[in-house]
Amino acid sequence: MSLSAQYLWVIPALPLVAAAIGALTPRSGRSLVAGAAIVALALSFFISCAALSTALANPAAHLTHNFTWFELGNDTVRLGWLLDPLTAFMCTMVTFVGTLIFIFSLGYMHEDENFKQFFCFLSLFAAAMLGLLVANSLLLLFICWELVGLASYLLIGFWFHKPSAAAAAKKAFITTRIGDLGFLLGLLWLYDSAGSLLLYDNGNGVLEATALGALGSAATVCGLSVASAIGLLLFCGAVGKSGQFPLHVWLPDAMEGPTPVSALIHAATMVAAGVFLMARVYPLLTPDALQVIAIIGAITALLGATIAVAQYDLKRILAFSTVSQLGYMMLAIGVGAPSAAIFHLLTHAFFKALLFLGAGSVIHAAHHEQDIRQLGGLSVKMKLTFATFAIGTMALVGVPLFFSGFWSKEAILHAAHATAGSHFPFYAALVGVVLTAFYNTRLIAETFFGHGRSHAAEHAHENSAVMTTPLVILAFFAIALGFLGTPVYPWLQARLSGETAVHGHSLLDGVGLLVLSSGLVALGIGAGFALYGRTLRLRTKATAPDPLAIAAPRTHAFLGDRLKFDELYAATFGVVNTFLATASDWFDRSVWGGIVHFLALLGEFSGTVNREADEQGLNAGFDATSEKLRASGQAYSRAQTGDAHGYLRFLAVGFVVLALVAILGGGA
Amino acid sequence: MSLDPLPLCLLFSSALFCLGLIGALARSNTILVLLGIELMLNAANLNFIAFWRYGPVTSPATGVMFVIFSIAVAAAEAAVGLALIIAVYRHQKNIRLQEANRLKG
Repeated sequence: MSLSAQYLWVIPALPLVAAAIGALTPRSGRSLVAGAAIVALALSFFISCAALSTALANPAAHLTHNFTWFELGNDTVRLGWLLDPLTAFMCTMVTFVGTLIFIFSLGYMHEDENFKQFFCFLSLFAAAMLGLLVANSLLLLFICWELVGLASYLLIGFWFHKPSAAAAAKKAFITTRIGDLGFLLGLLWLYDSAGSLLLYDNGNGVLEATALGALGSAATVCGLSVASAIGLLLFCGAVGKSGQFPLHVWLPDAMEGPTPVSALIHAATMVAAGVFLMARVYPLLTPDALQVIAIIGAITALLGATIAVAQYDLKRILAFSTVSQLGYMMLAIGVGAPSAAIFHLLTHAFFKALLFLGAGSVIHAAHHEQDIRQLGGLSVKMKLTFATFAIGTMALVGVPLFFSGFWSKEAILHAAHATAGSHFPFYAALVGVVLTAFYNTRLIAETFFGHGRSHAAEHAHENSAVMTTPLVILAFFAIALGFLGTPVYPWLQARLSGETAVHGHSLLDGVGLLVLSSGLVALGIGAGFALYGRTLRLRTKATAPDPLAIAAPRTHAFLGDRLKFDELYAATFGVVNTFLATASDWFDRSVWGGIVHFLALLGEFSGTVNREADEQGLNAGFDATSEKLRASGQAYSRAQTGDAHGYLRFLAVGFVVLALVAILGGGA
Repeated sequence: MSLDPLPLCLLFSSALFCLGLIGALARSNTILVLLGIELMLNAANLNFIAFWRYGPVTSPATGVMFVIFSIAVAAAEAAVGLALIIAVYRHQKNIRLQEANRLKG
């Protein structure tokens, strides 16, 4: 199977067609729309496989197909498709995970009255993400990027009758917008400096040697080279989309959407876009920019893991773990290992989709109860969900040797350790490993072990096959995918870097780090078990306090409030914004409003003058004329007496007069 | 004075015309006014006959033809007039000409 880059557009086009079908079908066409969405994405998956095999045949090549979109003056705006291993791996992952999530949604959303719209939006989401992946033009990428934002807004706010969901959708949209503004500025600057937005264009693209050389020699601005500035602006977009510190606040709130949407956002589509963008424009990033990216990534990784420790909402814990894992990916890019970042992105997509779908399965079974204090004891009642969820968790934690997360995290730790720059990211990542193990142990213990602490948890039962089958498939890949990139045979990283040969090395080369991270994982799990596992039997009610809250109440409360980031933003940006709004309002009302008012008064005055002139001058003239006409008419009408005798008499006199004239003047 | 038949006829028709005119002017009953008008019309008919019979140019039946047409027209006129009178009567419950003055200006 091989696929020319020319036909790459089919991959995003198929879900787009499904979305169009969804939009045009009446509400009752549930199975049609769902079927179209799933079939379209599955077909896209097969085409992506063909694309993958084409790309792997020659991993160093960037197959492109560019075309002119429109011409504007002397400038030509060109778009294009790009096929290389990065695109192909991402497309395959998105379509595969997406298809499974779609199938899971069949069961999860079955009772929802807006079932049809849901699949329509899902298809749009997938289409936008795939469009972003195959784009060879940063402009096209940006267009799809914004479409992803729109679709996420629609889906996070899918249950918009809940005020919290509507607010979360708005928050996600606006927060990512802030990053997108930076992205757009970066694009404009890049277009100005490089004269093109095509990534690869036979030597003229922005990621190719000519343009990179020109950018590198460009003048510096405020001590920052132009290339660094552009790279950082593009990174702003990724910060917004991928939930990096300080714009991470929208991601946990996005949990207000239906659980399959959370899975899609966190695994396959939305947040992956930012990391993908950074990996895509990696040749453009200067060491300065990379340093910033690494530090932001490290902060995010640490922050997400810390906050996750004290959350009670099942999905929120997973959301913060996503924030943390995205931090790892950014960190990997920052320390110069984009292939490790993409490796982690791919493994993370599978195990995080698995975790979210597993959480969805729990929530669905427990009648939409997602507070872990209310759950418990589900391991007996939902064996399949428990088993798959546990596999996902172990992959996330990085339990040694058999789980994919271990290998991808290992690759990142290696890169962070080997970097020439600051070692802060490396230590932050190590602390993150301990915290990740700790909060995931807590999550598993609270949800699946001990006593059921509410009515819903006690009466939960396993879901139907349509929901559990995707879990099993994802669980398989959550284990298997790791073996594509082990240090012994790093096939995936080699292909992503465009190499045909794979240079593995023995595990013993980096054994110190391997042992260290395994030890840290064990430490985290042990601490989690000591604090939560042992006390499970004692806690039978949902009101029982969290053991960590007993140990360190103030820290726990502070973490529970998510380090008060929302409050901080409300007290700073919110206050400034409110002040600006009030000031603008005042300015609008008094200054502009005054001017408008004055103009209105002027208009009114001239109108009055006009009316007076009309009434006094023109009207008087017309009135006099009509009065005259009426008077003369009345005078004439007096001749019409209505007296027939009078008329006859008049006639007779006239006759006599005529006769006299004829007789007297006759003959003349 | 010589009694030529033509002046005699004209004198007679003039008398008849004056009689009709006076009748039409003096009466207030609309039917009688109509009668007066018919008298004046007949005076004119008499003139046709007289001029045809005693006038300078004689032709076979010109005058008679005129008169026959005139009488036919007068008959039609009388029918219309009488119909009008009936309509007026229905409206004002009498046929006094002085009171049928609604169309005055």
